[in-house]
Amino acid sequence: MCHRSLVSVGVLSVLMVVGFTGTDVVWGQSADGSYKAPRTADGQPDLQGFWNNQTYTPLERPDGVTGAFYTEEEVVAREQGRAQREASQTTPGTRADVHYDFTQFGLDRSQAGFNRSLRTSLITDPPNGKLPPVNAEGQRRAAERAAAREAMGGPYDRAENFPLDDRCLMRNAGPPVLNAGYNSNQQFVQSPGYVMLLVEEAHDVRVIPLDGRDPAPGAVSQWLGVSRGRWEGETLVVETTNLNGKNPFRGQSGDQMRVTERFTRISEGEIRYQFTVEDKGTWDTPWTGEMAMRKSIGPLFEHACHEGNYGLANTLAGARAEEREAAGK
Amino acid sequence: MRTRLIVLVAVAGVAAAGLLLPVMTAQAPGYRAPRVADGRPDLNGIWQALNTAEWNVEPHAAGPSVVRELGALSAVPAGLGVVVGDEIPYRPEALAQRDENRANRLELDPAIKCYLPGVPRGMYMPFPYQIIQSQDHIMMVHEFAGAIRTVYMVDQVEAPADSWMGWSNGRWDGDTLVIETTGFLGTTWFDRSGNFHSDALRVVERITPRSPDTLLYEATIEDPNVFTRPWTMRMPLYRRVEEGAEILEFRCIEFVEDLVYGHLAKQPGR
Repeated sequence: MCHRSLVSVGVLSVLMVVGFTGTDVVWGQSADGSYKAPRTADGQPDLQGFWNNQTYTPLERPDGVTGAFYTEEEVVAREQGRAQREASQTTPGTRADVHYDFTQFGLDRSQAGFNRSLRTSLITDPPNGKLPPVNAEGQRRAAERAAAREAMGGPYDRAENFPLDDRCLMRNAGPPVLNAGYNSNQQFVQSPGYVMLLVEEAHDVRVIPLDGRDPAPGAVSQWLGVSRGRWEGETLVVETTNLNGKNPFRGQSGDQMRVTERFTRISEGEIRYQFTVEDKGTWDTPWTGEMAMRKSIGPLFEHACHEGNYGLANTLAGARAEEREAAGK
Repeated sequence: MRTRLIVLVAVAGVAAAGLLLPVMTAQAPGYRAPRVADGRPDLNGIWQALNTAEWNVEPHAAGPSVVRELGALSAVPAGLGVVVGDEIPYRPEALAQRDENRANRLELDPAIKCYLPGVPRGMYMPFPYQIIQSQDHIMMVHEFAGAIRTVYMVDQVEAPADSWMGWSNGRWDGDTLVIETTGFLGTTWFDRSGNFHSDALRVVERITPRSPDTLLYEATIEDPNVFTRPWTMRMPLYRRVEEGAEILEFRCIEFVEDLVYGHLAKQPGR
C-alpha cells in the first residue's frame, strides 16, 4: 500500500492517503479490530519490514487546545502551515541560512510520507495530553542537573557540553521511539525467540528476547535500557528497564524510568505503537502516548553519525576562533 | 568453485611452531545443522571469535603495549595468524603504507576512536555479535560500537552509497552462507597493526556450520589497489553458550570524546 504525502507548498492539495477516511483515523481503534498479521515461521505475528513513524502531531497538546482531536480541516491547515515553514528559504548570508535545505534532500516531514493523525497530542493519558507535573524528587534532580550543567561552562566549551544528538550519542531510539526531525525510519526483523528493532538514526538497535528471561542485573545500565518482550495475542509487549538515566526524557526523568511498549499490527500497512512511561522519581503517575508506524519502502542506510561528525568538530573550532578574535589577539 | 573441505591434519608428528597453519577439522561426516523454517541452516545465535586476529591477522609474536601505563594488560598477545599462507600479498607501495600505518597506529587506527569496524574486522574483534536470521534479511548486531550489518537475501542491489560496514548481499551455497560485500568507504583497518584496504575492497565471506556451537568462517579479500591478488582469512567462530547470553551496549562514543575532540576544547587536557 503506497502512502501519498503532502508535497506542494502553499497549494491546497487533496491528501490522498490510501485507506484514510475521517472515521478510522481515531487512533486506538483499528478499522474493526479484525486484522490478523501473517505469522513468522515460529508463530509470531509478523512485524517485519521497513516502517516510518514521522508525524506532525506533537508529544504534548499545544496550549489553548482543549480537545483530543482536531477536525480534518484543522489538521490539513496545520500541516500545510508546517510544510510551508519547512520549505521557506532563509535570507542568504544570515546565520539562520547556514544549514542545508531539508526539502532539497527530501528530509522535510512533508515529503516523508508522514502519518496522518487527528490527535492533538501523542500523549493520550493524562487526559489533558500533557506530561504529568514533575514531582518533588524530580525537581530536586533537575536542580542538581542545572548546577552540574552550570559548572561545565559554556555550550561550546567542549564536546561533552553539547546536546546528546549533536554528539551522536542518542537520537530518537528512546525508548519510546519517537519521530526524529527526519529519517524516522525503523526496521523489524524477527527470528525464533527474538524481535530486532533497528532505528535508522545512529543505527540504534534493540534485540528483544521473548523467552521470559529476567531483566539484566541492575548494575548493567544502558542508554537504550534492557528490553524483554512477550506476545499477548496480536500485540508485542516490550518492557524496558535498566535505563542509565543519561538521556532524560524531556530532561526530566532519572534512572528509575521504565517503559512499556505495545506494538500491534492493525493493518497490512500500519503498526499501532503505544508506550507507557513511568518513573516515580519524576512523575507521580505514569503517562501514555500513541503513534502510528506506517509501512515504508526500504532499505535503511548506514547512519555513521559519530564517524561523520564534522559538525561537532567544526562548531568547537569555530567557537575557539571566535574567542581568539574577541580576545583581540 | 573452491572446495571448502579442509583436510584434517594429524597433529601428532607435525613439527611444532612456525610451520603449523591454523587448521580446522572439517564438518564431522554426517553433521547437519538444524534448519530454520525455510530449510536453510540455522545461524541464529550469539557468536564470537577466539583468536588474536584483532591485534594482527598475520602471524606475530607477543609484543609490548603502545600504552605504557596499561603494561601487560594491553600488550599484544602472540598469534599463529588467520591469513591463509601467512602473508598478506601487498603491492610494494601498499606494504610501505601498511608499515607506516603500523608505526602510527595509536593515532591512525580508526577503531580507537570508536569508528565502525568494517568487514571483516567486526567478525573477529573480542566482542560478541548476534546473528538474527530471517528469510529476507540476515542481521548481524555487533556489541562493539553497536555496529550493524544487514545481509540482503532479497531485493539485492549494488551498493547505493558507500559506507563503513559496506553493503552485503547474501546467497546460500548448500549449507554455506556466501556474503558479498562492496561499497566500502575505505576508512577501516583489518586489525590494530595497520593492515588496510582502499574503497575498492570487495569481501566474499563463507559461513558454514561445523558443529552445534561452532561455525567455519572464511573471508576472501579483493582490492587491486592494495593487493597483488585476492587472499583469505580463515577461522572458527564460537557460540556464546552461557544461559541468557545477550549483546550488551558498548556505546564507546562517550569513552573517546576527549580523545577525538579534546584538542578543540576551551581548556584542552583539562
